[in-house]
Amino acid sequence: MAKITMREAISQALWEEMERDPKVFILGEEVGLWGGTYAVTKGFFDHFGAERVRDTPIAEAAIVGAAIGAALTGLRPVAELMTINFAFSAMDHIVNEAAKLHYMFAGQMVLPMVIRAVGGGGRQLGATHSQTPDAVFAHFPGLKVVAPGTPADAKGLLKAAIRSNDPVLFIEHATLYQTRGEVPDGELIVPIGKSKIQRLGRDVTLVTYSKMLEVSMKAAEQLAAEGIEVEIVDLRSLRPLDMDPVLESLKKTNRAVIVEEGWKSYGVGAEIASRIYEEAFDFVDAPIKRVAQAEVPLPYNRTLEQMALPNAADVVKAVKEVL
Amino acid sequence: MADIVKMPKLGFDMAEGTLVRWVKLEGEPVRKGDILAEIETDKATVEVESALEGVVLRHLVEQAAVVPVGTPIAMIGAPGEKIEEAPKPESRDKRPESAPQTVFQPTAAQPHPNPTGRVIASPLARRLAREKGLQLEKIAGSGPGGRIIRKDIEAFEAPAGAVDQPVQAFRASSTGAKSIPVSKLRAAIARRMVESKQQVPHFYLTHTYRVDDLLDLRKKINELLPEEEKISLNDMVIKAVALTLRDFPNLNAFFGEHEIHHHEAIHIGSAVGLDGGLMTVVVKDADQKSLRVIAREMKEMAARARSGKVKPEDIEGSTFSISNLGMYDVENFAAIINPPEAAILAVGSAKAQPAVNDEGEVVVEWLMKATLSVDHRVSDGVEAARFMQALAKNLETPLRLVL
Repeated sequence: MAKITMREAISQALWEEMERDPKVFILGEEVGLWGGTYAVTKGFFDHFGAERVRDTPIAEAAIVGAAIGAALTGLRPVAELMTINFAFSAMDHIVNEAAKLHYMFAGQMVLPMVIRAVGGGGRQLGATHSQTPDAVFAHFPGLKVVAPGTPADAKGLLKAAIRSNDPVLFIEHATLYQTRGEVPDGELIVPIGKSKIQRLGRDVTLVTYSKMLEVSMKAAEQLAAEGIEVEIVDLRSLRPLDMDPVLESLKKTNRAVIVEEGWKSYGVGAEIASRIYEEAFDFVDAPIKRVAQAEVPLPYNRTLEQMALPNAADVVKAVKEVL
Repeated sequence: MADIVKMPKLGFDMAEGTLVRWVKLEGEPVRKGDILAEIETDKATVEVESALEGVVLRHLVEQAAVVPVGTPIAMIGAPGEKIEEAPKPESRDKRPESAPQTVFQPTAAQPHPNPTGRVIASPLARRLAREKGLQLEKIAGSGPGGRIIRKDIEAFEAPAGAVDQPVQAFRASSTGAKSIPVSKLRAAIARRMVESKQQVPHFYLTHTYRVDDLLDLRKKINELLPEEEKISLNDMVIKAVALTLRDFPNLNAFFGEHEIHHHEAIHIGSAVGLDGGLMTVVVKDADQKSLRVIAREMKEMAARARSGKVKPEDIEGSTFSISNLGMYDVENFAAIINPPEAAILAVGSAKAQPAVNDEGEVVVEWLMKATLSVDHRVSDGVEAARFMQALAKNLETPLRLVL
């Protein structure tokens, strides 16, 4: 088993799928000649050519719109958005077309398309380029939303997304590209819509995903040193949402803390907490806690930015509050 | 600003109390010393006097509720005073973060008062209580704001089960026995006696005391006293033991984890038999009180204990106990130490018996046996034997008791 970075894992998934299926192609800003803003598609242009690795104008609506059109013709586009914040420019295409055409035309067509988007804060990119609006997109039925927290999941989930006949928003966290992790050799497909226990524990259930998995793991180490064992459930997909491991874990620990990078209001934590109360109310022994970003536009100043983002100490504190 | 009345701690090991009855209702004026409420502890139902003056603005705890010691139970203030809000339990947010190196103690271990009077329980606790047929009102919550959580349900079940089980095992054989519910007092005795016998290494010494002079003195004293003030043999034993203990601090002590605590004061507990149990009433500073005062206090406290109206101060703070079965024609017996005390004296009946006197002649003497049970962690045989000898001086030369 090789230990590789998230960037390499995503790159491998794209490469393997493009080799496997000639219908798969990439489009986006700087994905071709430049090799991708985050260097994910480095070398692709030379290998697969300009037809299958297409540089586009700086126009997100056009990128997503073109991907939808291509998908309707039977191709399998993988559109890259430099940041998820720019997806707002393509909002109508994403939520009103990609998420709805299959339904509105009675299943006559499918949209086998992937939108790769870079999300998350922590790189001093300012309030408009540092958001974690995952919950906004997960709100819409018809759109799958995937956000991996480990290289192996990134590879396996991206390959599954490319093979899916539904539109998938694939959210990559800007600060995870250099994260290393073991990725099984050979063909790796991770089914979309399956949460995963990433750490076993008995005292409190931590529900999290993406970058906050890393933060939660760190908190878990600190808590373990004090004799508190948390169980970590990694959602991996926000839609479809797999609550089974969450509920199973909660029935064991009777306490839950949800850790998300986005804002607390109307967020992922709100959804998970509601589902727990709806589906496992009689197993809850303490109020559910949410750890999330401060309710402010994310500051540019590094110190302030770090203060606004959830960290391991916040998680440790929340866990102790529910014990 | 209204004052808060809290669930008082009425004994060494009292963790919670049941508010049996509100004597003063909401809106009623109350003066210092007035009986505010009746509270049932493990040991007894006691009347709680008000330390405040004013009007009962609000009951924070309903009748029959069981709440931890320190829980606010009522608000007393000026007539017509408006209550701003019910007192809040200490906010958990203010708790300083513990340093990562320290071993974390779950905060749920400390009881948090629930000031609302409403039963607060986690959904899980509610389900468990429902399944087990438990009433949440009777369970003390240890979660934030007094919330009942799973742990509390389990803890509530555990001790009752521990006491019940052996009894149930007997019941299984068909002896036709009927089961009698365990009262709070019985359960407390059971728990404390098991605790004592399991954890305290007892050893026992028996001594025979010549009590002719003691009985003689008692007769003389009682001739001088009105009927209601007459002193008993037990009152004299209390005084004698108290005086003797002055020289034996190890027996007026309790054993801590790392140290032995010597009590400065000498408070003698004396077991009083009741229907369905017993209670230890306490003569404070017994070494400094006259026999007449000891006798009066004992009479009053025993009467209150037997009528279920014992005051908290009647039963708390004993540093050494006496169990006297002399009036029931018992020659001798050994008592179980009343934790956290270091020793207990079991006193038998005074009887006229043949004895050999100093001249080698067989004579009739009044003899009384007493057995001292001692915590071997605190004291040893020789010290205990010396105590019994020293006690002999006080009992056999009883004028010492009236000095």
